Amino acid sequence: MNSVLFILLRRLRSPIILLISVYAVSILGFVLVPGIDDQGNPWQMDFFHAFYFVSLMGTTIGFGEIPYEFTDAQRFWALVCLYSTVVSWIVSVGAVLSVFRDDAFVRIMKRNRFEKQVLRIAEPFYLVCGYGETGLLVLNKLAERGVHAVIVEKQQERIDTLEVDDLGFKVPSLCADASRPDVLQSAGLKHKHCIGVIALTNSDHANLAISIASKLIMPDRPVISRTESRDYAANLDSFGTDHIVDPFEAFSNYLTMAICSPYHHALYDRLTNPNHRIVSEQKQNPKGRWIICGFGRFGKALRQQFIEHHIDATIIEPNPLATHAPDDIVIGIGTEAVTLCEAHIDGAVGIVAGTADDANNLSIIMTAKELNPKLYTVARQNEQANGDTFDAAEIDMIMKPSIMMANHILALIKTPLLVTFLNLMQKEKIEWIRLVSDYLTGLTGTKSLDCWSLTISPWETAGLNEAMKNKMDVLLNDLIADPYNRDLKLPVMPLLLHRDDKFIMSPTLDYKLKMGDSILFCGHYRDADKMYWTAQDIPTAHYILTGTNHNGYLARWVADFLSRNKKTIKSEQT
Amino acid sequence: MNTEKVVFAFFIVLALTVNFGFFLGDIDNIEHHAVYELYAAIVISFIATAMKAGDRTYIGAVLLATSLVADLQLVVAAIDWGLATHVREEGLTPATVARIVSLSGGALLANVTSVILLMIEAAVVRR
Repeated sequence: MNSVLFILLRRLRSPIILLISVYAVSILGFVLVPGIDDQGNPWQMDFFHAFYFVSLMGTTIGFGEIPYEFTDAQRFWALVCLYSTVVSWIVSVGAVLSVFRDDAFVRIMKRNRFEKQVLRIAEPFYLVCGYGETGLLVLNKLAERGVHAVIVEKQQERIDTLEVDDLGFKVPSLCADASRPDVLQSAGLKHKHCIGVIALTNSDHANLAISIASKLIMPDRPVISRTESRDYAANLDSFGTDHIVDPFEAFSNYLTMAICSPYHHALYDRLTNPNHRIVSEQKQNPKGRWIICGFGRFGKALRQQFIEHHIDATIIEPNPLATHAPDDIVIGIGTEAVTLCEAHIDGAVGIVAGTADDANNLSIIMTAKELNPKLYTVARQNEQANGDTFDAAEIDMIMKPSIMMANHILALIKTPLLVTFLNLMQKEKIEWIRLVSDYLTGLTGTKSLDCWSLTISPWETAGLNEAMKNKMDVLLNDLIADPYNRDLKLPVMPLLLHRDDKFIMSPTLDYKLKMGDSILFCGHYRDADKMYWTAQDIPTAHYILTGTNHNGYLARWVADFLSRNKKTIKSEQT
Repeated sequence: MNTEKVVFAFFIVLALTVNFGFFLGDIDNIEHHAVYELYAAIVISFIATAMKAGDRTYIGAVLLATSLVADLQLVVAAIDWGLATHVREEGLTPATVARIVSLSGGALLANVTSVILLMIEAAVVRR
């Protein structure tokens, strides 16, 4: 039963008992007090009249003396009853109001309402823990795709902003600590429509707790977790968290790739960023010594990557003890020319302003540009609101952790294969990358690209399934044929094929498909629609594979019947 | 000793005893059944119900249910009495009295159940 009702009843126990007692005494009093009827005979009220009179008196003012005019004794008693019933009503109503204003009670009511809202969700939804900048971006993008979400956030102020951020549909939200398993369960972890858990809280530890709890309670639910340190990433990985998103690690990787292998970087950019830059427009990132300002989580991740790729870096950090910085660093913030000169800015090729303070980052970039105009500048933008000033500063590369993370998470939700492809791609040779890039440019020009994946299965590709049942060979080539004219090809490129545990990079078009294969495609999204059509529609698939039109069941039956008749006629003739 | 428990048990047992007092006597003889006793039975039964409300334990839920049954039976009996004396023409006939008393007999059974549950609960607690 509803726990709210129980709490309400328990809190209201004494006012209810008070009301019952006052009414009981009042009624009994009226029955006992002697009165006189209209003929002047002694008369005593019975329980029926007493109950009627007291009920009337307790709730309304302005009643008559019924059924006969009262004696003074009765009036005396009526006065006592009048005040005592009114007071007991005031006490009861006050108690009810105070219960509804009680924080604990309100919390339970909100929790109950939230649980009911979650239970009523009839569409697939993500359980998002943490509603900060990244949470808002992820939620917005989910909403654009029509995917529902449930939010658990620790701070009430952020939940309040949810009412202002118009997402198009109602998002159930709860102000609670998401690292507690019971909160996760209230938020629909076990709900049959929950398609995944996204842990985006500020604290690595809370994200870890959320991931562990959801993996233990529902091992099949995909979990995407944010983390900002390698230790936690390794920890999350150890119990099978499906995807770990580290914005600093990801950006360090991205920047290092831009420095060391521009072609890889260009392809990466093209596949992940809708407004990518064309290779020729990109400033070539020179190899040489870099300056990193700030040795926090970002600085550490970046230095690690630089060391792995043999890039020299000078670190500037105001507080070397607290950040466990190495000995050969320059002490200072980096906003003054003195510090930058001490770090030999004239000999450096690039500078990364990676502190947690946006104003400092901008100041570092502006000072550095004055000292060495040829520098390649990279700045970290922490707050979404500072976007305009960063854009005006003409910085070569801006790192926005929340946007990066949101894009990454969306890619994971949309096409997990893309993330696999991006990881595998980095190990490929430059020649291969150039080939793929040129092929993509040839197919779609420089327009923005979309990636999607298709899994060969009876429910996702019903058309192909039917053909495979009839022992027809389905090649990759057939999948990218135009459903209007099978001799034409859709301008899409298969990037990756996943079969069993193997990944095949850019599979050839004569590849024979099998049940359970997943293929990552890249091209225009409208071509994806055409491809889904081939895959799902039985007549279209039939046309693509055989070149003839597919007959309906009735037409096939008639054709069968006629040919059988012909055969019998022939056999009769012989 | 727990004052709250004393008050709680007091009202539950009192509901039974007052109810029994009203029930005792010839079933159709109004002389044996005082209206004050029915009134007291109803009021005490209401108070007992209010005291039982809000307990989330299993035994608490059953206790509340028995009390609600007793309330229902007694209120129906009181309404019948009121209707007989004020609304219906024939007044308190032996048949009506028998009906009222038997209704209170049903409430008595519910109150007996309530007291048995109370005793079980008391026996289970070993302190």
